Amino acid sequence: MKPTSHAFADNAHRALDDATLQQALAKAGVGFVAKRRAAVAELPEFDALRQAGRAIKDHTLAHLDHYLLRFEETLQAAGGQLHWAETPDAACAAVLEICRDAGASIVAKGKSMVGEEIALNDALEGAGFEVVETDLGEYIIQIAHEPPSHIIAPAVHKTRAQIAALFEAHHRQPGLARPLESVPQIVDEAREVLREKFLSADVGITGANFLIAETGSTVIVTNEGNGDLSATLPRVHIVLASIEKVVPNLEDASVLLRLLARSATGQEITSYTSFFTGPRRSEDPDGPEEFHVVLLDNGRSRLLGGAFHDMLRCIRCGACLNHCPVYGAVGGHAYGWVYPGPMGAVLTPLMVGLEEGAPLPNASTLCGRCEEVCPMAIPLPKLLREHRRQEFDRGLVAGRSRWALAAWAFLARRPALYRLASRAGARLLHKLSRGRGRFAKLPLAQAWTAARDLPAPQGDTFMAQWRRSKRG
Amino acid sequence: MRVALFVTCLVDLFRPGVGFAAVRLLERLGAEVVVPPEQTCCGQPAYNSGDFANARAIARQVLDAFDGYAHVVVPSGSCAGMLVRHYPELFRDEPETLARAEALAARTRELSAFLAEHGSADTLDVRFAGRVAMHDSCSARRELGIGAAPRALLDALGAARVEFEDAEACCGFGGTFCVKYPDVSARMVSDKAHAVTASGADVLVSGDLGCLLNIAGRLKRMDSPVRVYHLAELLVGIDGVPGIGDGDTR
Ligand code: SF4
Repeated sequence: MKPTSHAFADNAHRALDDATLQQALAKAGVGFVAKRRAAVAELPEFDALRQAGRAIKDHTLAHLDHYLLRFEETLQAAGGQLHWAETPDAACAAVLEICRDAGASIVAKGKSMVGEEIALNDALEGAGFEVVETDLGEYIIQIAHEPPSHIIAPAVHKTRAQIAALFEAHHRQPGLARPLESVPQIVDEAREVLREKFLSADVGITGANFLIAETGSTVIVTNEGNGDLSATLPRVHIVLASIEKVVPNLEDASVLLRLLARSATGQEITSYTSFFTGPRRSEDPDGPEEFHVVLLDNGRSRLLGGAFHDMLRCIRCGACLNHCPVYGAVGGHAYGWVYPGPMGAVLTPLMVGLEEGAPLPNASTLCGRCEEVCPMAIPLPKLLREHRRQEFDRGLVAGRSRWALAAWAFLARRPALYRLASRAGARLLHKLSRGRGRFAKLPLAQAWTAARDLPAPQGDTFMAQWRRSKRG
Repeated sequence: MRVALFVTCLVDLFRPGVGFAAVRLLERLGAEVVVPPEQTCCGQPAYNSGDFANARAIARQVLDAFDGYAHVVVPSGSCAGMLVRHYPELFRDEPETLARAEALAARTRELSAFLAEHGSADTLDVRFAGRVAMHDSCSARRELGIGAAPRALLDALGAARVEFEDAEACCGFGGTFCVKYPDVSARMVSDKAHAVTASGADVLVSGDLGCLLNIAGRLKRMDSPVRVYHLAELLVGIDGVPGIGDGDTR
């Protein structure tokens, strides 16, 4: 996917003007927040769990090489194959080769953000494979030809009416109309269309929420059960994962699973939590003949030990998106690439380059709500600020902002001069306001006054008045 | 007890009355209030714009200006958060300055927290019986964990506190954010202003002037009847004092 993150301001503007999108966002936001709050309230030890989860990730990241190699060993012992991929291209190539070797024509795909990151659908379709998304949300955006707008709810930007219309257009032969008004009707409709495909797919591709070093298992959580079907029905199962997904053992995974479900959807546990360990064994009733794990780096190993190290703890729960006022106002597409919201504003510049992603870290008030709800206690505001620092140091800040900042800092570092200037400014603005207490318009302040008045200074500055008073 | 007041650049420029209200409240606690003249701003605009060199220079200036005072009080959660949480971060790699920054952080309090800690509730000499909505700035709420202190002070005033929807959401000010992304900011402050108006409050207060300028600006644009003050102003009495954004004639 070609990023449009550099155009965040325009993207955001369009999103704010899109009434249907606003309707969808308003509904989704409230639900996620309330559900998480209730789930956390029911678990008094949530904070302790959070500390435990964080410790697990910190430990694993400190010994990442060890746990990855261990995972490779155990995976191979279970009969699976590991494909290391340094870049998105390498990951796509590995998947294509497996599909070709399997003589596949239809590929069933469960939800995978790594799949989005490497633009796997484009690669598969470009190579002539038919790709069927089996996750309802992914399926909706696939037939709408749109990227996901949320990392756990890819079609959250669509209203029910829009989805019904899409299905109407894609599934119906003329004259064969069934009502698509309620959510169950929509789900049934999708189930019917997708079931056919599950049965005819040669390769199933899923993501992974965790990789277990001790057992060589991959873990995936879903609420639709589509992951299981994508994994067990086709002859070949490919798991897409990135290197920071590994955890030492099943115990660790269970701690993280408890955090993940509550933070993501407010569930105690998702409807399906599936563990895959190698291909079908002789005593297994079902399962694939081949089991592959494609393990993507895409710059993650470079983050180890650096300023963005903490970001590698992210378990992709989406809580930071759900609680972000900017995400809530503009939705995910405005961020212009695969990962939106606060976690996306940190990751996107790291993955597509700081030039392309430059606006994202700035499009935040640093209100800190993301960090507050992040189950991995990732200091997202601090990481956004770190991007801003790098942008400033690399001269990526627009000329006018830079100049204004330099002029202000010049004064702020010279208290005597600052007092003169601030005093002149306060008195002038007070005078210009002519007792009205505010400005509806002011030269150079349009950005402020377009939507709000600017309160006027009360008169002389505090410092000047204080000095004048006998105490000074 | 000697207390050094960090006025903050917004109070200095836009609302000196907040500074004088803070002085009165502190003096009523028996404090001798000092206003170090070498202060300008806490440096947050530079810090949040990624200009760490200027942020450090301004932080050093604050460290010097407030050296030696046992208590430093700031009528803003945002600026207090800068001194308490971010100065140590800025000097992480400079041990000597870091020690000074940590010492300053330990001596610094946001105004309402300081007042509540020192029994200000018993020294108030006005009452306010109206309906009051309290907006916590994100810094006060999340960086400093302040929430109970301003509410206890409002209760001592006799105010009827009213809740409003989505109170923990940011108002959309965010320093330079509000002019860099004006339409996103406008949307956020509109939501906030609507929630405050719908609460039926007579007055909105907060401990942070940045939020207040933003929310008041939007409330005035919407012709909302809600009047807006800094918490410190309400605590010394607002009779005859125009609210933020209100004219003299009101
Ligand atoms: S940054 Fe934290 S809150 Fe956001 S997706 Fe990752 S783990 Fe979840």
